[in-house]
Amino acid sequence: MEIKAQTQTKLDTREPVINDFAFSVATKNGSGSQTSNNVLVMSLFQMGIPVNGKNLFPSNIKGLPTWYTIRASKDGYTARKALTEIVVAYNDGTATEDVANLPPGGVCITTDKIARVIKQREDISYYEMPVAKLMRQTDVPSAFRKQVENMTYVGAVAQLFDIPLDLIYDVLLANFKGKVKVAAMNHNVVKLAYDWTADNIVKTDPYRFERMDGTQGKIMMTGNDAGALGAIFGGVNVVAWYPITPSTSFVDGIIGFRHLRQSEDKENTLAIVQAEDELAAAGIVVGAGWAGGRSLTSTSGPGISLMAEFAGLAYFAEIPAVFWNITRMGPSTGLPTRTSQGDLLFTHFLGHGDSRQICLLPGNLKEAFEFGWKSFDISEALQTPVFVVSDLDLGMNNWLSDPFDYPDQPMNRGKVLDAQALQDFIDANGKWGRYMDVDGDGIAYRTLPGTDHRFAGYFTRGTGHDEMAVYSERSDDWIENMTRLRLKMDTARDMLPQPIIDDGAEADIGIITFGTNEDAIREARDWLANDGIKTNYLRVLALPLAASVSDFIDAHKSIFVVENNFDGQLTQLIRLEHPENISHVRPLALGDGLPMTPDWIYDSLKEQEG
Amino acid sequence: MPPRTNHLGLARNEYKGKPSTLCPGCGHDSISNQLISMAYELGLEQHKIIKMSGIGCSSKTPAYFLGGSHGFNALHGRMPSVATGALLANKELACIAVSGDGDTGSIGMGQFKHVIRRNVPFVYIIENNGVYGLTKGQFSATADEGQFLKYYGTNHMPPIDLALEAVIAGCTFVARSFSGDAKQVQALLQAAVRHPGTSVLDIISPCVTFNNAATSTKSYPYGKDHEIPLHEIEILAPDYVEPRDEIMIDDYAEGDIIDVEMHDGTFIRLKKLDKDHDPRNRRLAMNVLEKSMREQIFSTGLIYYEEPRPTLADTEDLVDRPLAFLDDSALRPPKAALDGVMQSLMGG
Repeated sequence: MEIKAQTQTKLDTREPVINDFAFSVATKNGSGSQTSNNVLVMSLFQMGIPVNGKNLFPSNIKGLPTWYTIRASKDGYTARKALTEIVVAYNDGTATEDVANLPPGGVCITTDKIARVIKQREDISYYEMPVAKLMRQTDVPSAFRKQVENMTYVGAVAQLFDIPLDLIYDVLLANFKGKVKVAAMNHNVVKLAYDWTADNIVKTDPYRFERMDGTQGKIMMTGNDAGALGAIFGGVNVVAWYPITPSTSFVDGIIGFRHLRQSEDKENTLAIVQAEDELAAAGIVVGAGWAGGRSLTSTSGPGISLMAEFAGLAYFAEIPAVFWNITRMGPSTGLPTRTSQGDLLFTHFLGHGDSRQICLLPGNLKEAFEFGWKSFDISEALQTPVFVVSDLDLGMNNWLSDPFDYPDQPMNRGKVLDAQALQDFIDANGKWGRYMDVDGDGIAYRTLPGTDHRFAGYFTRGTGHDEMAVYSERSDDWIENMTRLRLKMDTARDMLPQPIIDDGAEADIGIITFGTNEDAIREARDWLANDGIKTNYLRVLALPLAASVSDFIDAHKSIFVVENNFDGQLTQLIRLEHPENISHVRPLALGDGLPMTPDWIYDSLKEQEG
Repeated sequence: MPPRTNHLGLARNEYKGKPSTLCPGCGHDSISNQLISMAYELGLEQHKIIKMSGIGCSSKTPAYFLGGSHGFNALHGRMPSVATGALLANKELACIAVSGDGDTGSIGMGQFKHVIRRNVPFVYIIENNGVYGLTKGQFSATADEGQFLKYYGTNHMPPIDLALEAVIAGCTFVARSFSGDAKQVQALLQAAVRHPGTSVLDIISPCVTFNNAATSTKSYPYGKDHEIPLHEIEILAPDYVEPRDEIMIDDYAEGDIIDVEMHDGTFIRLKKLDKDHDPRNRRLAMNVLEKSMREQIFSTGLIYYEEPRPTLADTEDLVDRPLAFLDDSALRPPKAALDGVMQSLMGG
């Protein structure tokens, strides 16, 4: 039984679908399928086809089901789609469900073994690979056999949908860092499956790939790597962290790019400490920031919870440090390998008492890189912690992007007085105090330990203090200090990255969002436009909110806030900061652990708008 | 008469901080005083020192000494991590850190052990009084087993010996002292500040308000009556020229003096008063602490010393210049470096 082609006549009449469909690859976690999936994504990328790969994986090392979705889109739509036309069903445990999820006319590539047990549908194409038989024809050592087995679907996909074999070899070679032997071993299996498919399978579907020039000059990488690279160019010099999914690969990225910053004699200009927990990681970056370092930690929800006390201290004692929150789904341990935008409010208000933390909200690779370096400038200029709130989808998945721009501004080390500047300050103002606001922007001048001036030293504390940094429990000192901190946050609004706004349409509907929802929204807006529904768009890049958010809200009759969380957290923040005239602001919030789809946005918006 | 000055031309007063707000007679104030004297005697430059602390009575004290130094009163139990970060950002700084038995022995136990494991070079003073002072007198983890407090009743749990914990964690300089023994505290501080590794000083420092009954092993009366120094300590600076042989003759028989040579050429001369303690032997150090705990013997002195392991900054293989003062060119790779990375990631 090689083909199930009950609906062959009907399928054959369909128009070819080129570079515009999606795959779902279903395997078992830990089976080595990540390499196969990467090879497919990178091959399409090298063919010039806009592509996005998203790994929907379990919190598990081996055995639980995992899915990888690959979407190719000639029009450059790379959001996850609700339905994929093709499934590679290599996991017997989920194959029945995977096949059931296919749309009519879909394609199932599976193994002959699994094909025997899954329920058959009449309206899709089945291609069955005799995996065991093929593997017996290889000389792959038994230790690697299970992992390399997944290369059989790479070969089948390549043959069925037209991916050149030699290109796959190049990608394999790059994947294995130039190790010819390993690349060849994998490629042999790909070729075997490729040839077998050519000889034995009759293609009954309309899908195929074709070279195009949609990725020329573009790059592909993960958001965590992009942010890490940004930090390297931002001069990060003390990194402290504690492993946690999905942020671990952020620090792995810094370790990988560390060599770019080595001195001529191979000494390091950045220290990287794996701390005993997130409390210590936060303490290390706060200590380093206080002493003049550019310090960074990367974590996720549970780690952010532990860092709350230090975040409050750093806010109140006015210490720069950069915290990345690669958000995963909470509360609690939640869905540790699933994406979410559910930490927005928690991170913005992190710390007890009246604290408000600066948040930067990257939505794509370029912003991850840019905020990677800019976060240090903002943090040192404002003398306050900066939280870059990313998510698992951006952090761990491969995204397509234009190459990054080299930083266009020199480093801003903020208001730091060296010994001479301190003397000048004292000459001009009669004295220097750590928290004296002489410029009226809420930002005082600081000295660093090691400054050779008898008045440089001061005592940093989380307790109440006056402008001379002396302990104080006086109400007027307290209020004065908090008022200045609030002024500093207002100063921040103009310094922070401003929202991306597309308000060119005469539209009643405005869509507001943040982070990684942009691709899905862009596609949904195009669909809505096809239906004659015009929309404008604003994506928030930072908190506290910029003034233009209010203007955008006022300029539209209906505002939808699209966010990947359960409670509509950005909506709540907008209601808090823009309390007048907001009855027309509604959340489109979905926290299901998965990257946003254009389908859901389109359907929900139409339903709500009536 | 002009005040006596040190080799920097500074009077002892210049090393003071703000007036203490602790209870009069607090053991912690004596330790602050010894820190002032130590810095004055050694002629330390205050701008090259940072003072770190956690939360609690003890952790307030860095405000009361070395007013010219930067200080950081951090979070409860988290001082070690903050000190770690600061000393990574600027490895040229010397660091004197003050903690308490609550701050270290309970909430901060993890950071205490791990900062030692990383061998962050700083002086870690535990002002140990067996009680939570600022919250008005709860037992700490170093409180005596069987001790009775009016409100909290009897403590049924064995104490944690922080000096023993330090030795086990791999600390290369561990001392125990008594805040009432000014001379010994002074000598130990002078040695500790020269040690390029974590040096832990567990100093019994009585709380005159909540735990000073003669029955408490953390009280003044008890300490004065029961302290048994293991040795007399003398610090011989590197430029010390007197031949060692002649000193040996003194009142001590050969073998009763141990000269511990430090990294910078300083000798810690230990004149034995008791048994056969040699602080260079880890097993002996643990025996002394073990015995002290079991038999409630208040042994003080340099408990353990070894040639320090590489510091954290050493193992990180950092450039010479402090990271905090690197200029932009060292912190930002050139455009070509970014272009190279971009090129390697480009598609067809």
